[in-house]
Amino acid sequence: MTIPQERHVLVVFPHPDDEAFGVSGTITTHIQQGTPVTYACLTLGEMGRNLGNPPFATRESLPVIRKKELQASADAMGLTDLRMMGLRDKTIEFEDDEKMVGLMTDLIEELNPSKIITFYPDFAVHPDHEATARAVVRAVRRMKDRPTLHCVAFANNTLEMLGQPDVVYDIREVRDQKMNSMKAHISQTAWMLEEMEHKLQQGDTETENWLTKERFYNYRWHEDFEKSF
Amino acid sequence: MELVEVKKLQVELDAFAGKDVYLHLETTNGSYATHFNEGFFNAGAFIRNVVINYELGKVVGDSPHRVGLKLPHGWVYAQGITHYELDDQGRLLLAGHDGTGKLAVALQISETPFSY
Repeated sequence: MTIPQERHVLVVFPHPDDEAFGVSGTITTHIQQGTPVTYACLTLGEMGRNLGNPPFATRESLPVIRKKELQASADAMGLTDLRMMGLRDKTIEFEDDEKMVGLMTDLIEELNPSKIITFYPDFAVHPDHEATARAVVRAVRRMKDRPTLHCVAFANNTLEMLGQPDVVYDIREVRDQKMNSMKAHISQTAWMLEEMEHKLQQGDTETENWLTKERFYNYRWHEDFEKSF
Repeated sequence: MELVEVKKLQVELDAFAGKDVYLHLETTNGSYATHFNEGFFNAGAFIRNVVINYELGKVVGDSPHRVGLKLPHGWVYAQGITHYELDDQGRLLLAGHDGTGKLAVALQISETPFSY
């Protein structure tokens, strides 16, 4: 599938590096097509557990490191509108739900995106991912003219419940940018990248797929994750 | 951070005794524990910027160590502490890092509030 031209793309994820693995190829492609892309990253991943042994950071110094990594990832993708939303890692689901919807609505009203990318509610594993997905879906649900809503799903039961993703983009042309986006988050991705290199050398097709394809589900409004809010 | 040396850390703990200090206490298995191992029972706790005043602080045992703070009406303790640091803002940061470099527990005290 080629990536269609959009008016403006809004990407909403809670953690620095959430964008890298799943969607950095798509973001890069949009930018190369001249489409403005805004990435709203809700936290700085303050509660990340990869601090090394011997430690390279403390709980208090980690956000400073991850903020720089996030900026470096944006640079790797060519993304210029990066919004750091100032929430704290692992607390999003405990924020007032209506406040979270308001946060998303404000972004949408300001940017008027034709497409929004976030996680798929109930298939996003991490509580922050789920809370982010819920807030975005609720904000979009209230709109008269809804933008395209592409969701990333990776819970273990995704295939069983949602089937194959209905949107699969070939991102081979921006493979280097995707790799650089992942590498930018080196404090959190080092061990994962090492494993990836190893698998690539062994000709593992699943890993190769990661660097050549990105997968999304159009949000299924007819199977909305909640009846009302 | 450096590896805990009981005598050195004890001196640092003593220095905060009897003062109003902001506490950060956290235990975690990570949010993906159940994703990678579906039978795993994921539990943890987090508290940040609650003011306490302890009368006695002790670090005990071989690494990973246990650290306990005795309050006038209660207790704070953490187990699994491997590393510590008195940072450039004078905050005492204790942490337990497992063999893969992941933080499992943190106990931090400061005379000024930690960031948000």
